[in-house]
Amino acid sequence: MALTISTEVSHSARQSDYSKSLSSKAAARKVNVYYGDKQALKDINIEIPECQVTALIGPSGCGKSTFLRCLNRMNDVIDGCRIEGEILLDGEDIYARGVDVVHLRARIGMVFQKPNPFPKSIYDNVAYGPKIHGIAKTRAEMDEIVFHSLEKVGLIDEVRDRMEAPGTSLSGGQQQRLCIARAIAVEPEVILMDEPCSALDPIATARIEELIDELKQNYTIVMVTHSMQQAARVSQKTAFFHMGELVEQGDTTDIFTKPQDERTLAYVTGRIG
Amino acid sequence: MSDRKTNSELIEAGLARRYRAERRFKMYGIAATAVAMSFLVIVLVAIFVRGVGAFNQTQIAQVVFVDPELAKENDWQGMIKASLRETFPDVEDRKGKRLLYGLMSSGAGYDLQNMVQNDASLVGQKVQLWMPASDDVDMVMKGGVDRNQPESDRRISDQEFVWIDKLAADGMIELQFNTRFFTAGDSREPELAGIMGAAKGSFYTLVVCFLLSFPLGVMAAIYLEEFSPKNRWTDLIEVNINNLAAVPSIVFGLLGLAMFLNFFGLPRSASLVGGMVLALMTLPTIIIASRLALRSVPPSIREAALAVGASRLQTVLDHVLPLALPGMLTGAIIGMARALGETAPLLMIGMVAFIVDVPGNFTDPATALPVQIYLWADSPERAFTERTAAAIIVLLAFLIAMNVVAVILRKKFEQRW
Amino acid sequence: MYVTPHRRAKIALEKMIIGILIVSSMVAIFTTIGIVASVLFESLRFFAEVPILDFVFGLEWSPQTALRSDQVGSSGSFGAVPLFVGTLLISAIALFVAVPIGLFAAIYLAEYAHAQIRNWVKPLLEMLAGIPTVVYGFFAALVVAPWLRGTGAGFGVDISSESALAAGLVMGIMIIPFISSLSDDVITAVPQAMREGSLGLGATKSETIRKVLLPAALPGIMGSILLAASRAIGETMIVVMAAGLSANLTLNPFETVTAVTVQIVALLTGDQEFDSAKTLAAFALGLALFVTTLCLNIIAHHIVRKYREQYE
Repeated sequence: MALTISTEVSHSARQSDYSKSLSSKAAARKVNVYYGDKQALKDINIEIPECQVTALIGPSGCGKSTFLRCLNRMNDVIDGCRIEGEILLDGEDIYARGVDVVHLRARIGMVFQKPNPFPKSIYDNVAYGPKIHGIAKTRAEMDEIVFHSLEKVGLIDEVRDRMEAPGTSLSGGQQQRLCIARAIAVEPEVILMDEPCSALDPIATARIEELIDELKQNYTIVMVTHSMQQAARVSQKTAFFHMGELVEQGDTTDIFTKPQDERTLAYVTGRIG
Repeated sequence: MSDRKTNSELIEAGLARRYRAERRFKMYGIAATAVAMSFLVIVLVAIFVRGVGAFNQTQIAQVVFVDPELAKENDWQGMIKASLRETFPDVEDRKGKRLLYGLMSSGAGYDLQNMVQNDASLVGQKVQLWMPASDDVDMVMKGGVDRNQPESDRRISDQEFVWIDKLAADGMIELQFNTRFFTAGDSREPELAGIMGAAKGSFYTLVVCFLLSFPLGVMAAIYLEEFSPKNRWTDLIEVNINNLAAVPSIVFGLLGLAMFLNFFGLPRSASLVGGMVLALMTLPTIIIASRLALRSVPPSIREAALAVGASRLQTVLDHVLPLALPGMLTGAIIGMARALGETAPLLMIGMVAFIVDVPGNFTDPATALPVQIYLWADSPERAFTERTAAAIIVLLAFLIAMNVVAVILRKKFEQRW
Repeated sequence: MYVTPHRRAKIALEKMIIGILIVSSMVAIFTTIGIVASVLFESLRFFAEVPILDFVFGLEWSPQTALRSDQVGSSGSFGAVPLFVGTLLISAIALFVAVPIGLFAAIYLAEYAHAQIRNWVKPLLEMLAGIPTVVYGFFAALVVAPWLRGTGAGFGVDISSESALAAGLVMGIMIIPFISSLSDDVITAVPQAMREGSLGLGATKSETIRKVLLPAALPGIMGSILLAASRAIGETMIVVMAAGLSANLTLNPFETVTAVTVQIVALLTGDQEFDSAKTLAAFALGLALFVTTLCLNIIAHHIVRKYREQYE
């Protein structure tokens, strides 16, 4: 059984700027996460608005990556990880019984900290998702999907004449863009990014940030970052995590210029971190 | 946008098929593992079932008159024949008598001989003793002969059945624990055959193997791990060791034959030569295991020793080696266990002849337990099949014991740094 | 602070001890040289009497026909092709059994099984490799071969009591751990990032294994198969006890065949003069065996090492 896509809601949401900021694509309600006996996340309540970039910031070990992985149920693969509470996608709990994880992960894509292209050709890397889900019926359709995805991430001109070369032969920044192309090839609704630039040099980082800015027109993006400057540059909404708790969330400018909580203030002014 | 909608439907449509494939794939994995485990069980059970009977041997009790005349001629079997005639007085014809004598093992006389030699006063007296029955009678007592088969198809005649039944009714024939299996050497008669000769041969061979391979292996490992510079020579040595570890065992046998027997002229069939060949085979394993043991000792130990002024050799011998020794011994025990089961190289150097005497030292001709198993497996008699399987059980018991000791040793001395 | 005579003596002693250590580590090289020298030397003596081409390509193997000592080399044919084919046939059957079972068991243990199951099953599988081959030979000759013969008779198929199938099946059982252990290691060695990347896109576990992990681990798996093949080709006791003695050039697993190792044993156990062409032929066979297994092992290690470099 899978979640039905409420395309009506998302259509109309995209049509007006006001409703864009009002509708939550995803949300968390009273989420607690345990690794065995140890509690990693405590009572998280968060709103993720549609077609915007939401940054999750906080010192290392505060649980932001853990939370990110809850959003596409990647924590399911970890033995001993227990999740309480609800995580909603378009208003429906993704941890409810009968939710199909495979379909869910086609709707919520993920890009990892260290680029991890498969040891396959560039073409096959991008084609992997559509292939297993049976999205492309013919070779021509697949070609189009691959071309389109590589174009969107700005990689097409660099790899056009070496599509059969292994994905690992690209530079770090190119590999990460390949991984993003791979993720968007299945047309997800949400893209999760776990510190996507931390393994890249400043130039590659800048290009990816540009890309993220373009992508948010069509995709909801949730990004974990340990760079406050990056959060300030790229995101519209920010959530500050500290020691497993969600301390504060709101517009990015508000979080950085007039934070409500003193812990937030301490973090953004560099006193803790 | 409509992409997303059709995508979703396409994904939906494929899910059932994909989950079915998932279940099937997992099933293949479980099935393969189960099949492999069941192979293990089948092999062990098949052997156990066939061999467990050999731990009992049919014995016949007789009251035997130790005739001084026959004793002078050493005709102990004659005395037994006399006692059988007494037990069954109505057997008159020669053919019948031959059949009657056939109930008892042809070597039953040795037991009588040993008894009288230990106590000379028994000459001229009547003694009662249990003696081994022939292997055919043994099979009958173990239920291996079908009485309903027509007489011409079986090895036991109806008349013999009558005699056996009478002995059973009088309590003069029964299955007893087969100590002879553990104390006697090889024999042409299955009821007299034992593994002591082979076991001793294996023991001497393993002793030689250990005494040669362990010191050499440890010394080589110490040099390679602690002293040698990383250059092409050491690479070559390493490659050599890894290759030798994978050379078929029969090739080592050829080496032993060509070099130890023909070139150096060492005695054929001796456990000494067997041990030398097995030592060459086991050496790579010991070197590899010892190197791992040395590597697991943290560098801080070495640095601390060097810092107080110990030379490199002193550091290794006084500080590193004692810590690595349990791991090295574990590797050596496992290597010895493997050497115990080796047959092919021993065949090549001649430890395959029929040898009755239990070897007394390292240069006596000897055989080894796995070779004994190989030789007995060739014999057509059912009684030998039983004994072959029993010898395998003993061999496996030794192997399990050695591996258990190795594991206990490893656990006991396991250090967490 | 200066080197005293006492210290000098100690240094000399230590140098000597280290010298002994060096010699010990050369034993491996001496052994290899010894093997090559002895096998090569005797083989060359053989090839002086029987042309090497006759040996390698000849189809007729009947070494026993030279009965009188003055007939050495002149009669009795030494064409080894039936032996090579017999060895390959039995090894092929063994791999046919061991590869699917070993590989799927490895996949299950590496990716699906709980840690507890893995902790029990893995050592038990290793036990299969620890059983002495003479035990397997007994099992093959006295349990499997009669069973096959009886089953075949039930289907109207004549299976020889020394069939290649019996020997091959049991040999397959023996080499399962070679495939399963190594494959388990190489599959586990594929970085977790690959699995997460695939699962994150919505692939099922079996799709991840089939389309990402196995292709990535393929070189290592190929290496394990080559090592298992090398083990099968060099195996002696199972074939000596379960396969036949007379050369028979066939690919039919139900028929009886002989193998290289069987002939080596047959030619050298028994009372012959060491110089006759028969016993020298055993060394020529030994040379062929050594060279083949050496090549397989070198290729296998090469493949596995290149694969490891990929991920480090």
